[in-house]
Order: sequence, then C-alpha cells, then structure tokens
Amino acid sequence: MDVPGIVQLLQKEFPSLSWSEFRGQVRVCVSRDRLFLLLQTLKEQHGFDMLADITCVDYLYYLQKMPGRFGLVYVLTNTQTNQRIVVRTFLDEPELVAPSVTPLWEAANWLEREVWDMFGIRFAGHPDLRRILLPDGFTSHPLRKDYPLQGLGERNNFPVIRRAES
Amino acid sequence: MALELPDNVRITKLDAIANWCRKYSLWPMPFATACCGIELMATGASRNDIARFGAEVFRFSPRQADLMIVAGRVPIKMMPVLQRIWLQMHEPKWCISMGACASTGGVFDTYAVVQGIDRFIPVDIYVPGCPPRPEQLIQAIVDLQEKIQREGTVMGREFVDPERQKPPLAMRPEGRAGLPGVIASQPLDGEHFA
Repeated sequence: MDVPGIVQLLQKEFPSLSWSEFRGQVRVCVSRDRLFLLLQTLKEQHGFDMLADITCVDYLYYLQKMPGRFGLVYVLTNTQTNQRIVVRTFLDEPELVAPSVTPLWEAANWLEREVWDMFGIRFAGHPDLRRILLPDGFTSHPLRKDYPLQGLGERNNFPVIRRAES
Repeated sequence: MALELPDNVRITKLDAIANWCRKYSLWPMPFATACCGIELMATGASRNDIARFGAEVFRFSPRQADLMIVAGRVPIKMMPVLQRIWLQMHEPKWCISMGACASTGGVFDTYAVVQGIDRFIPVDIYVPGCPPRPEQLIQAIVDLQEKIQREGTVMGREFVDPERQKPPLAMRPEGRAGLPGVIASQPLDGEHFA
C-alpha cells in the first residue's frame, strides 16, 4: 500500500489527522495527545520500523500563522518498502513537553536530547534528559529564533589566565 | 688584566646561553582543532621540514612540550580544555596563535566560538591567514626564537613582568563595554556560565 493509502486508513482511527503531500513526500500533522499513539500505530501496524530523525522548527518569526510556535518533526522509514512518512506536531509555550518515544525506538534517546539542548523542549518519560552538545552549565537553547547569534556572553565568560599565574 | 683563554672557550652570559639552548629546541604541543592543523602537519612534513629550526619534536602530552601552537577555532566547550592544557605545560613556555580563528574567531562570530584565545590565555606570536601557509608558521617560529633570545632569562623573570600581568584590552572593563552580548553583571573569574 502506498503512503497516502496508509494515511487514509489512519484517518479512521485518528479523525483529526491532517496531511499533505509534496513531491511524493507525505506529511501528517497530529495533536500532541495522539502523537505517541500515532507513532506506535505506524510502527507496529504499518511497518515504519526505523526512526530516521527527530528535529524541531521554531516558527517564531514565520510569515505564515502556525498552530504553535514549535513544530516537532519525526521522520519514519519502513525498511521493507523504503517508504517514508513525516509526522509533525505543534507545541506552544508554556507547555513545551512532548511524550518521549524511547519506549518505541532506542534511537530516540539522543535525538530527543539534542532537541532539548537546542530548543528546550522536554520529553516526558525520557530516561536521561541531559544536554548532548553544549556544555552542561549552558542555560539557553540557541536554535530558538529569539536567541541572538552572538550569544548572551557565554563566549566571554571564562577565567583569564595570565603569564604570571601559569 | 687580560685573561688568557684557549681558542675553544667562550665567555657569555648565563641568560644568553640558556636562551640559545631553549630557542633551538622548542617542542611544540599541536592544539590543532581545524584546517590550520593540516597546514601545521604540512609544516612538519619533509617539504617544509620544521626540523630545520629545531622544533620538530611534536609532543601530544603538555608535560613534555614548551610551545603550544593553537591551530584552529576554539569553541566554548574547548576553552576549559585549552586552559587546562596550558596550565599543565612546564615553564618556560610559549604560545603561537595560528590563523584567523585562533587569533580573532575569524568568520565564526557566533555564540559558540571564542573570539580570540588571547582573551583567556597568553599569546606570544600571532600568525594571520586562513589558513596560514607553512612558510608563515616557520616565520612565526623564527620570530619566536628571536624573542626568546632577546628577552629570555634563566629564571624566567620575563614572565613576571608587571606589564605582562595586565589582562588584554578585551578583558578589561573599558575594553569589554562595547562587546556584543556581554552581560555586565556576569562574573569573569567565577564558575563558567554561572
């Protein structure tokens, strides 16, 4: 079955599911409450067994009005048929929490840590939600659109070692 | 009173002979983090042959090195490592900041990249270029040799010169005021990112 066919099947179970297609790539949009269930269904009943990526988009200054500030994006692959599907859900402040999908895919562990590191979205049920790329003491989430490119002084905040001290 | 000396005996200052020994046996510690490291390797290879200047013994342990060559950009996560390695080196020690990124941050004017290592560790010679040619690095080593011969002392008195204890302008209050993204209230010598 092709991917639009799978989506039409899913719409019986998830009536609020909206979807679109662009150059053969199918994107579905789901609410946060049904996200885990949808991903579980895709994995267990439709063969999308590989989690290719989890990432996020900050639509803060986006021209178009979006349902929420952050778009959380899951890219799934069916390793038998090489089909791909993109699942997106929107989150808005102050409740930047999504269910962790580590029970479904172990690969989600580091991907979710990266999203937390860069966008500050927490994942409920994640086993070890620490920063993965930035230093542990870092307080901001730099891929947010309202974070200044040159930072908030982090790059200037080190002790100065002088000749006489070293 | 003229002292009769044999032909094979010379009289000199202790400082001068110590400097002469030191300048021709620089052991570099290659802190190579980016493409400048490739030119650093080329400088060590046979065509340019840094051994002609007595600096061919690259040591990957800071305990055995006396010249740190910082080649490449230094991100905020690497700066504590760089400082720690610098502190682990034995005196007398020198530092070459190789390339635009190590000296100024280069084109990487972002939150993650330190805008010049000289803000946080002492630097003796700056090498411009992106990346510099091996000839430029060799020139830097020759310049450093001249500097060591000119102002070095046996006991390292030049390292406690009060003028040298001043922080670079970029880290003094008057120099920091105009920097983008600086929070005046943030302590400079406390915990990182406190």
